[in-house]
Amino acid sequence: MSELQLKDLYDGFRNPEVIKGFAKLIAEEAKKLTRPINIMEVCGGHTHSIMKFGLPQLLPSNINFIHGPGCPVCIMPKERIDHAYILAEQEDTILVTLGDMIKVPGSRGSLQDARAKGADVRFIYSPLDTLKIAEENSQKKIIFFAIGFETTTPMTTALIDIVLKRGIKNIFFHINHVTVPEVMVELIDSRDEHVDSYNNRIDAFLGPSHVSVITGSKIYEKFPKEYNRPVVVAGFEPVDVMEAILMIVKQFTEGRCELEIEYKRLVTHDGNLKAQALIENYFEKASLFKWRGLGNVPESGYKLRPQFSDIDAERIYADILPREEIEDHKLCICGDILRGMAKPDECTIFGTACKPQTPLGSCMVSSEGACAAYYKYGNLLK
Amino acid sequence: MCLSIPSKVVKIDTERNVATVDTMGVQREAGLELMEEGDVKIGDYVLLHIGFIMNKIDEEDAMESLKVYNEILEKLDEEERKQMVIDDDNCENRGA
Amino acid sequence: MNKQITLAMGNGGEENNELISKIFYKAFKNEILEKSEDAAVIHGGELAFSTDSFTVSPLFFPGGDIGKLAVCGTCNDLAMMGAKPKYLTCSVIIEEGFSTRELEKIVRSMKKELENNGAIVVSGDTKVVPRGSVDKIFINTTGIGEITKKGISSNNISKDDVILVSRDLGRHGATIFAAREGIELSSSLESDCASLTHQVQALIEADVKITALRDATRGGVSAVLNEWAKQSNICIEVQEESIPVSEEVYGICEILGFEAVNLANEGTFVLAIAKEDEVKALEVLHSFENSSNAVKIADVSDAYIGKVVLLSSYGTKRFLDTPTGELLPRIC
Repeated sequence: MSELQLKDLYDGFRNPEVIKGFAKLIAEEAKKLTRPINIMEVCGGHTHSIMKFGLPQLLPSNINFIHGPGCPVCIMPKERIDHAYILAEQEDTILVTLGDMIKVPGSRGSLQDARAKGADVRFIYSPLDTLKIAEENSQKKIIFFAIGFETTTPMTTALIDIVLKRGIKNIFFHINHVTVPEVMVELIDSRDEHVDSYNNRIDAFLGPSHVSVITGSKIYEKFPKEYNRPVVVAGFEPVDVMEAILMIVKQFTEGRCELEIEYKRLVTHDGNLKAQALIENYFEKASLFKWRGLGNVPESGYKLRPQFSDIDAERIYADILPREEIEDHKLCICGDILRGMAKPDECTIFGTACKPQTPLGSCMVSSEGACAAYYKYGNLLK
Repeated sequence: MCLSIPSKVVKIDTERNVATVDTMGVQREAGLELMEEGDVKIGDYVLLHIGFIMNKIDEEDAMESLKVYNEILEKLDEEERKQMVIDDDNCENRGA
Repeated sequence: MNKQITLAMGNGGEENNELISKIFYKAFKNEILEKSEDAAVIHGGELAFSTDSFTVSPLFFPGGDIGKLAVCGTCNDLAMMGAKPKYLTCSVIIEEGFSTRELEKIVRSMKKELENNGAIVVSGDTKVVPRGSVDKIFINTTGIGEITKKGISSNNISKDDVILVSRDLGRHGATIFAAREGIELSSSLESDCASLTHQVQALIEADVKITALRDATRGGVSAVLNEWAKQSNICIEVQEESIPVSEEVYGICEILGFEAVNLANEGTFVLAIAKEDEVKALEVLHSFENSSNAVKIADVSDAYIGKVVLLSSYGTKRFLDTPTGELLPRIC
């Protein structure tokens, strides 16, 4: 039965002929559209794929992308980055976090800056790497600054599980995990208020690939039902994205509004139940979580349940972690960009004061942010 | 989301709850904490993310998708060929 | 520019270039330096002169070690100007407590590589510093070579040239990441660390019209192409499909979110050759084991001056920019 090779799972979904084939089919189907449609890709991985593979260059002009906020690094508010900075500065403390967090600037600078000034900051590939660091530095406190959407949330809980079961005493957690459906609702609601013209409306969603592997597609049911927006959960390879776009266009031309799965090989309706159980066990929703550029999005962030306050760095260090909100740069229009109401090149500081090496706003900060993607790939797009 | 990659399971260590996966000749270990016991077997294709196995890839669905893509290509090829014949028939330069 | 030096400024990419031009070039201003070639051409175009420091970690990696690297690195820079390496210096800064056996191993490696290049070490310096002042050992080599073909320069590339690479990309960078503590991978991947003198001399002897050569070290082929585009005021258009990458490097790039064109190489070079000599150049390169998969990857145009464009096989295009930041694995 296994004629499937590993290489097929890569090449098969990047096949240039198939990409061209879908471009043709989309162009034909799109001729039947009665008005232009705007598709929001929620997930930063999709933004990156779309930009890297130049997909907008293959689509007809009546299909537009609106780039969503889908990058957990981009949406980290300055206050929280300052938390990481302050925690890193504590004596006998090692701050551990995933890759891109290192470059994100808070109000004091980034973790990279903190490290240059002597703080012990380690970037790791997997939360499990924290265990080794803790073992080798048993006299120090290891604080895991957890970030990510539902994709990475279960991995943090798996680490918490191990820490508690093995009785490891020197690992603590600062939780900054956020969830996707709540921000999708916030974007629809806030845009529907601001909409002046049809041009800005989010008409459909390209559902995130790997968030959905964990949560199942069930979390998007309300969008076609209550908000009249089709959702197609797509893989992030270029063929996946093109196939999903065709599926969305067909929904419009055939008068349907449904939740569909393009990424069938990995996404099911129910998702990974064990991962969901782990999350449920250790986390609860915080009533408010501020998304940089978007403001507070209710019920969109996780925090440790009170019975785990012994390992909750946010509680333990509460008296030195600032609470005040910090404004973004006044010329930064990331909020509008995240809502899809403006494009990166409409920002007055895009590419000048604000660029990947010196990011001033959330969208430039990570390589998956809309501004960063535009800066890198944008000049050749339509 | 990002950086989750398909890999093949080549070894399972039940004691440490870890699988060894192979991605194009590069091998690394991945945690099994997010998978039910006994669910992952050697030879399975799985999705890897930050050191953990996130889910198994449904081979049937994958092959079904690839099959559909091939059919699309064949159909487009067929149409192109038909169009070329029509274009040829309609070519003004063709001798009567 | 930042008030403090950051790790990114040593990346061989944009921040590195900024540091060099705003502090060093500004102070040391002169015509030769500003040419920004791999090695300085001095003494009326007869000699090439270059220096490099080596701080690689781990010291011993599949395919080589810091010693081999220290000799290859400088000799290759000389070779890239069409020179035969002749005389090297070797300066070491050693951390107190370093193993003498390891030091001997490293020096033996250097000796082997010197013989390979036909060069000798004629001067050197040894310093030992207290524990913690350097990470085990840092080596600097400076070299002088005799130019056998004059006029090779990264400032003269034009539309009459085609761009080739000597082998599959990214092996060294991928190997180092794989061997580093903290990212555990196991594969049979090896660094491409090798001396390029023989290949370059063979190309010269075959009378191939070489416009420019550069070895693709930190910042990878991306950095080289961007430097060339800016220095020669051209646009380099790369056929994405033609870029050679081995399966294992591909695998590591997938896992860690890198692009092979941004990874360091230590035995791979990029060539700008007159169009009519493309076949001849490839023939010469293919006769050497470590350039047996040399291939053309790009043409030169004036479409976007100073930029490098990547053309996909399905009709899209994008800019390939100089890498920025530390090379960190991308996550969500």
